[in-house]
Amino acid sequence: MARGLKAALPNKGGKKEAKFDKPQNIKATLKRLLRYMLAYRWQLPVVAICVIISALSGVAGTYFIRPLINDYIVPLIGQQSPDLSGFISLILTVAAIYAAGVLATWAYQRIMLNISTGVLKKVRIEMYQHMIHLPLKYHDSHTHGELMSRYSNDTDTLREMMSQGVTQLFSGALTLIGVFTMMLVLSPLLTALVVVMLVVMVLAVKKIGGRSAGYFIRQQRELGRLNGYIEEMTSGVKVVKVFCHEDKSKEGFDALNSDLREAAKNANTYANVLMPVMNNLSYVNYALVAAVGAALVIGGRFDLGGIGSFLQYTRNLSQPISSISQQFNSILNALAGAERIFNLIDEPLEVDNGQTSLVNAVEDADGQLSETDHHTGIWAWKRPLEDGGYQYVRLRGDVRFNHVSFSYTPEKEVLHDISFYAKPGQKIALVGSTGAGKTTITNLLTRFYDINEGSITYDGIDIRDINKQQLRSSLAMVLQDTHLFTGTVRENIRYGNLQASDAEIEEAARLANADYFIRHLKDGYDTLITEDGANLSAGQRQLLAIARAAVNNPPVLILDEATSSVDTRTEALIEQGMDKLMEGRTVFVIAHRLSTVRNANAIMVIENGRIIERGDHEDLLSQHGRYYQLYTGSFEME
Amino acid sequence: MFKKLFPSVKGYGVPSIFASLSVIAETIFEVLLPFLMMKIVDVGIASQDLSYVVRVGLLMVAASLCSLFFGIMGARLAAVASTGFAKNVRGRLFHAIQDFSFANIDRFSTASLITRLTIDVTNVQMAYMITIRMLVRAPVMMIAATIMAVRINASLAMVFVVAVPILALVIFVLLKVAYPRFGKMLEKYDAMNAQVQEKLTAIRVIKAFVREDYECENFEEAANTLRRFQLRAEKMVILAMPVMMTAMYACIIAVLWFGGLQIIGGTMDAGALFSFISYVAQILISLMMISVAFMTLVVSRASIRRIVEIIDEQPDIADNNAEDAPTVADGSISFSHVDFSYNKDANNLNLQDINLEISSGETVGIIGGTGSAKTTLVQLIPRLYDVLSGSVKVGGHDVREYKLDDLRSNVAMVLQNNLLFSGTIAENLRWGKEDATDEELIAAAKVAQADDFISAMPDGYQTMLGQAGVNLSGGQKQRLCIARALLKHPKIIILDDSTSAVDTATDARIRAGFKNELAGTTTIIIAQRISSVMDADKIVVMEEGKISAVGTHDELMATNKIYAEVFRSQQKGVA
Repeated sequence: MARGLKAALPNKGGKKEAKFDKPQNIKATLKRLLRYMLAYRWQLPVVAICVIISALSGVAGTYFIRPLINDYIVPLIGQQSPDLSGFISLILTVAAIYAAGVLATWAYQRIMLNISTGVLKKVRIEMYQHMIHLPLKYHDSHTHGELMSRYSNDTDTLREMMSQGVTQLFSGALTLIGVFTMMLVLSPLLTALVVVMLVVMVLAVKKIGGRSAGYFIRQQRELGRLNGYIEEMTSGVKVVKVFCHEDKSKEGFDALNSDLREAAKNANTYANVLMPVMNNLSYVNYALVAAVGAALVIGGRFDLGGIGSFLQYTRNLSQPISSISQQFNSILNALAGAERIFNLIDEPLEVDNGQTSLVNAVEDADGQLSETDHHTGIWAWKRPLEDGGYQYVRLRGDVRFNHVSFSYTPEKEVLHDISFYAKPGQKIALVGSTGAGKTTITNLLTRFYDINEGSITYDGIDIRDINKQQLRSSLAMVLQDTHLFTGTVRENIRYGNLQASDAEIEEAARLANADYFIRHLKDGYDTLITEDGANLSAGQRQLLAIARAAVNNPPVLILDEATSSVDTRTEALIEQGMDKLMEGRTVFVIAHRLSTVRNANAIMVIENGRIIERGDHEDLLSQHGRYYQLYTGSFEME
Repeated sequence: MFKKLFPSVKGYGVPSIFASLSVIAETIFEVLLPFLMMKIVDVGIASQDLSYVVRVGLLMVAASLCSLFFGIMGARLAAVASTGFAKNVRGRLFHAIQDFSFANIDRFSTASLITRLTIDVTNVQMAYMITIRMLVRAPVMMIAATIMAVRINASLAMVFVVAVPILALVIFVLLKVAYPRFGKMLEKYDAMNAQVQEKLTAIRVIKAFVREDYECENFEEAANTLRRFQLRAEKMVILAMPVMMTAMYACIIAVLWFGGLQIIGGTMDAGALFSFISYVAQILISLMMISVAFMTLVVSRASIRRIVEIIDEQPDIADNNAEDAPTVADGSISFSHVDFSYNKDANNLNLQDINLEISSGETVGIIGGTGSAKTTLVQLIPRLYDVLSGSVKVGGHDVREYKLDDLRSNVAMVLQNNLLFSGTIAENLRWGKEDATDEELIAAAKVAQADDFISAMPDGYQTMLGQAGVNLSGGQKQRLCIARALLKHPKIIILDDSTSAVDTATDARIRAGFKNELAGTTTIIIAQRISSVMDADKIVVMEEGKISAVGTHDELMATNKIYAEVFRSQQKGVA
């Protein structure tokens, strides 16, 4: 019943996708789940006892109909002043058994609720912690939908299995055994009849189940096709309108809609039919038991009270059978989900052997650096030395690529023998077509990916020796795809530096030329950003991302197509601001629009993973090479 | 609200009614069974009449087989009816969305439209199924079983009169308390999922700023909150089963006690007692079923509301269906005192007092900063939006006088975020002209500088494109979109930043192609790059919803500060 009620309550706002994945290793998965549940080891035996009480109380209660009728009611029929004391005490016994059953049912459900939500919380947190620390390589090769379904579908089915599935399976099995035993006690002959009917029922369920799976798969396929069409035509509805294509679009939809309906009709029929078939076959059983039982009583081989109990048992038999068959599938499903969750948690994390960390430093009179715990504007790399001491190297932003080669997949190298240097205070630009390998260079500098050959040094230290997190804290990045978070504009900028004051945030916004538009938003800096900044234009989002990097006040700044959606006039203003901020520090600019890179100290033209030209703007133009071609527009950059 | 969906039953009314009738028949046979069983026990056994037992026994088997038959019938017919109903609702929704104007579309996000067409329709289908099955079955069973119980023993039936209202009240209170708690829990659940989704998309940002641990703390908080709210809500739901059991057991004990006393007193027989125990189950389970059904309907109400919202949404651009609607004569355009606001709010204008004359066949460039309303301006020409005041004329007539079909086939527009659809390149191009010959396709592709790369593909014009043209580069997609628009042979063609991903040389060739092949066609080009509009007959400079200047390149260089500045920012450094 509770299950039915729950099905009726809002269903997590999303559809449950039916998956027919089978778990690969049931034993290991169960073991692991059990380990989570060990935190509740004192509650589990209580649950087991309560389930037993709950299941058996129902079976026992029904049995008492027999002695009640046979021993305390029938003998008293017609008596003038019957002695009701035995009758009363038996009724009270039954009431007590039932009461215990009710209490036990509530108790085990309540405890299991506590356990299942607790375990799930733990699983979710572990999964999230692990996921967020997974290397970018993992994220780049898995879709968001795939990961998201771990949090929604997989955890949901797992929780359902833990709070209901297991206990229902257990209690269903117990009830079944109990009922069966009592039936045998009451009348082996009638029990044989019931067994025959049970076989019919199981065969019917199997047949219906087998048929419905095929129809169900077909329905899912048609649904997938229709949903794909809906998605395409709804995203493209403006194009549909511009081309007056409404009628054609409707026509295509109607055809798919009818196909889905055909498939859904059959799938639904089989889903609908299961319950009435089970229920009514159980009634056939009931009818047969009533007639044969009565005949046995007439023949003197059975008693009246026995029929009462037996008939109740007959009715009670179908419920645990359908509940077990339901739970069995959903448990397998949940285990498959749990396995997917554990696989995610088992994904190997980023390897990080970097020992060098980044610290605030002070410089004494003779130029010696020492560590300090407050912000001084001077940073130093703290390198462990062989003798256990530390060496402090001032962070300057000197970045060198020495013969770097890299490939994402073994069969395709994307960078070949790249060498360049960026001296502190320089602005280095990388230009080239999409896919030339520009963004890969930033992926390597931040150690999102590790290089295959060559080396990258940062202030003379190989970046593989620097702790990844520390390395990344020394670089601020504005990435190609701007991502904003739900929260206010102010909170979004503060993401770059959690300690930033409001004044610092506004200063950063001014540097990024974002202050003006922010002030014109409805609530200024307190305007809420939703859905990744859907309420802002692409250009405005980029300005916020730049402000976020500016407030980070980093030694090295990387702008990866950071102003591609900003008009050239505003871009020039941002450039002024950033030049001021980054004076004396290193800046990398990646762009395919040449106006963005023109003022760089050195421009690297990258094509097919190689640097083919380098120099400043004037040099490159006078070389009349690829840069010149790009600049004069005689070459397409895509 | 429910009424609004009623027309969608059309075509499936008969199976709906027969599904309900079958369910009623099934239920009545089910209720009959305990009564027959009673007869066997009280008459058959009492009179030791074996042939009576066999006769009634066979009757019982027949009744349960009838019940089985009607049960299957009901299941099938309900499936036929509810999937048909869902098909109709889905169709109505989709058609309504296709008839939306741009302003209508802007009001709903694409994701929300898709949810309505998929999840919400499924919910409504479920609700319909429940209405014609469960909501018929449960009350019928409750009433019929009560009638049988009263007929067998009216005084013992008082047990139900007491128990049913109490149980109903308790369930009602339980659900009343649980429902808002579930709402809250779902909010937290969605919030957590949204958080995960958001962070997943922005994983690079998180890693770049080294905020992994910070994010984990945030998530832990969300997970804790979710668990708290889950406990609060589920705590109520798990009461349902014990409450139900209590009611059921209490009734059984009452029936045993009072029934037992009556048997002892000789006013009742044992078989009647057994049948009462069966009716206890039938009645109370029906009650539970009704509450479950109502809960489902309450939940689906949100879905129904979202669906009705779409059906009720009036397309806010009314087509002129008059027989004497003019046809577009030429490509001249005239804006006079046009005010426009996306929110239809005169105090928050997106375009303000726009006056602009464009002669047929002219090439006009539009330049302006981010958010200066360039796109807004041109969208008024094919009447994608209606003006707030003033008028936009095409070919001498106000755009509102034309039939939309006619207007839009003469005004081709290449949108900024243009889309291709899954299918072959040729199929995509034929969106412009359904019956275009291969020669026409090639001609249009040539003007749009797309023929070269199409021909270079192994399957040429028959190359299959993935959804949204995923296997093409940005510049290639843009060129296909231009070719698609050209196939309409429009009198006016509008390119809204449609060559941004195309290199300047190809861009220049496209413009040259336009000049030669489309001499009589009015061409409007919105561009970021001044080089794209430099040689236009007329360049319009937009600033914050107003026209700041109109003139040729040379005129603007001399008179317009913004234009000159933009030009310099793009040209600076050329030797």
